[in-house]
Amino acid sequence: MRKSKLSEYKMIQHLERCKGCGFCISQCPSDALYLSESVNSKGYPVAKIDEGKCTKCAICYTVCPDYVFERVKGA
Amino acid sequence: MPLQLMKGNHALSEAAVRAGCRFFGGYPITPQSEIPEYLSARLPQSGGIFLQAESELAGINMVYGAAAAGFRAMTSSSGPGFSLLQEGISYIASAELPAVIVDVQRYGSGLGDISQAQSDYFQATKGGGHGDYKCIVFAPASVQESADLVVEAFDKAEEYRNPCIILSDASIAQMVEPVLLPEERGIDPDKAWAVRGKHGGEFKRVTSTMYYIEDFDAYIKNKYDTMAHNEQRWESVHTEDADVVLVAYGISSRICKEAVSEARAQGIRLGLIRPITLWPFPVNAFSGLEHVKAFMTVELSALPRLDEDVKLACEMRVPVRHFLGGVSIPDSSVITEAAIAILKEQR
Amino acid sequence: MVEKRIPQLLVEDNKFCPGCGHGNINRVVAEVLEEMGLADTTVGSLAVGCACLMMDTFGVDWIQAPHGRAAAVGVGVKRVRPECCVFTYQGDGDSLAIGLSETLYAAIRNENITAIIVNNGIFGMTGGQMAPTTLSGQRTTTSPKGRDVSITGQPLNIVNQCRQLPIGYLARGSVASAKDINKLKKYIRAAFETQMSGGGYSLVEVLSPCPTNWKMSLEKSLEHIENDVKPIYPLGEFIKKGEKTDA
Ligand SMILES: Cc1ncc(C[n+]2csc(CCOP(=O)(O)OP(=O)(O)O)c2C)c(N)n1
Ligand code: SF4
Ligand code: SF4
Ligand code: SF4
Ligand SMILES: [Mg+2]
Repeated sequence: MRKSKLSEYKMIQHLERCKGCGFCISQCPSDALYLSESVNSKGYPVAKIDEGKCTKCAICYTVCPDYVFERVKGA
Repeated sequence: MPLQLMKGNHALSEAAVRAGCRFFGGYPITPQSEIPEYLSARLPQSGGIFLQAESELAGINMVYGAAAAGFRAMTSSSGPGFSLLQEGISYIASAELPAVIVDVQRYGSGLGDISQAQSDYFQATKGGGHGDYKCIVFAPASVQESADLVVEAFDKAEEYRNPCIILSDASIAQMVEPVLLPEERGIDPDKAWAVRGKHGGEFKRVTSTMYYIEDFDAYIKNKYDTMAHNEQRWESVHTEDADVVLVAYGISSRICKEAVSEARAQGIRLGLIRPITLWPFPVNAFSGLEHVKAFMTVELSALPRLDEDVKLACEMRVPVRHFLGGVSIPDSSVITEAAIAILKEQR
Repeated sequence: MVEKRIPQLLVEDNKFCPGCGHGNINRVVAEVLEEMGLADTTVGSLAVGCACLMMDTFGVDWIQAPHGRAAAVGVGVKRVRPECCVFTYQGDGDSLAIGLSETLYAAIRNENITAIIVNNGIFGMTGGQMAPTTLSGQRTTTSPKGRDVSITGQPLNIVNQCRQLPIGYLARGSVASAKDINKLKKYIRAAFETQMSGGGYSLVEVLSPCPTNWKMSLEKSLEHIENDVKPIYPLGEFIKKGEKTDA
């Protein structure tokens, strides 16, 4: 089986679940996450990915207590 | 099957297994210990589980778990142990699960004493634990009834998905009498509501059903009203022409039956209502008794308990007196005398 | 590289506070149950505490146990349905204060169930009162000047209590970093594997932040776990396959 490549994956975010705790931001090894100005329907400021910096390591998936991140196949 | 001589606690235990009970979790306390002792040997023979719990708290909650998993489950206790069961009984009622709880009453508050008593009446019939629930409370007056009513308790618990209590006492539990045991039944644990993993379906949540039932207040009131309407059991003895009617359950009712015979032999029109269910209290037994001049409750307790329900049942149309045996079982003649005294008072 | 999908067992968003470690633990438990193929045969016994918030959001069969009695309830299920995977999910107040007896006796009998115990050092649900695990000197709403161990006794270390018992698996993990969470997942998997192979009682204690009642930002909470909590409650696997480890 061919090994799947980085480019075949993307990070998606369920921002309506974000509670703005900042855990992902503190753990992202590439400094690719930042707390945005915008708030979600729950009223929390949400963490957003700077795609230019993101390496799709999914550490944010691991640490987010609120199931915001997923790494899925697709461009 | 032939009659056999058995102790009340043993007959109750054997009948429970035959009724399909497959789990017992409980803790020793006199005068109920023959129940866990018997079941520790008997349950494993029928593929059931006996677990001596670290406390009554653990015992009732093991029963809660086994009942939630769909199995007929039971615990038993007495006095202080029955107090410890109450939170768990409330949870089981709140989750609308079946379970059977036996209280073999002993005398006194606090540590009290191991002799027979009927002092847990309020605790059994008026809640015991917190919140809006009721248990059907069965009061056996013989070894035979100890066996019969535990079967009934399991069936009713499942029918209504509600805990049922057997309110026995030290003398009924310890006496030896002939008994005809019930037939052995099969078991049926895979009920739609039983937790056993969701197996591809919806996941199940065993918790207070109030979270998931619309108009819960009306729903739960209707449930208990239905039980109150349908499940009253009692025995009436010569009430049709009685001037004074005794009201007594369990061990006291046996003495009262003797008193009725003795009084009748002397031409005194004494009768007896023997509640078999204490909740629902058999209020229907009191209808058509307009000729009765007074009721007298007879209980083995230091404080009156039963008389409140009797006053409500007869709507205070006539005096309701009480006779308290306290720690000792009174002689029937003393009860007859007390009844005669009430009769004189009414003339 | 593989996909990282939110487990389907997490049927709704969780209801915990921002930064609450319960959320991480929920996801890890859900991942393990799904990866082990146990989602359909698991019954959870849920504590009273912030654990209650999981009943509608975590899609396994649940029983809401009375406060402290989750172990006894779980034992009732497991004994009659040994084919099910049965676990308790409890806070430290529930499992170690009011329910210490049930917790320890499940271990003493080596009941074949898995206990997940969330050590956030506090009674979260009721507003931040002292728990058995509260650190010496830690301020809570019932130890406003800091926990005075001359009055309260020392913090309770359940790992030390269980270490001498003949149980299947014992570990303490944390959710304070990505590394910790990855290790925690191994522990939780090992615990469920112990149960499913009939290996007896398994317990995983998890150090977890309660930013709300610690009255700290998540960042400060994680520092607190690192600097103050871990030295008192060291991480590791203490019993594996019934054998004590060197940890
Ligand atoms: C018998 C009983 N006593 C007290 C309570 C109140 N109560 C609810 S949760 C809780 C403490 C929960 O703390 P913990 O187990 O540490 O869980 P956390 O919320 O921190 O996760 C208490 C005392 C209760 N529900 N029942
Ligand atoms: S995938 Fe990795 S690099 Fe990208 S935002 Fe998440 S943690 Fe940062
Ligand atoms: S860890 Fe999750 S909830 Fe917290 S800020 Fe990041 S995305 Fe939001
Ligand atoms: S009170 Fe604490 S433990 Fe409870 S949900 Fe909030 S952060 Fe979590
Ligand atoms: Mg806690």
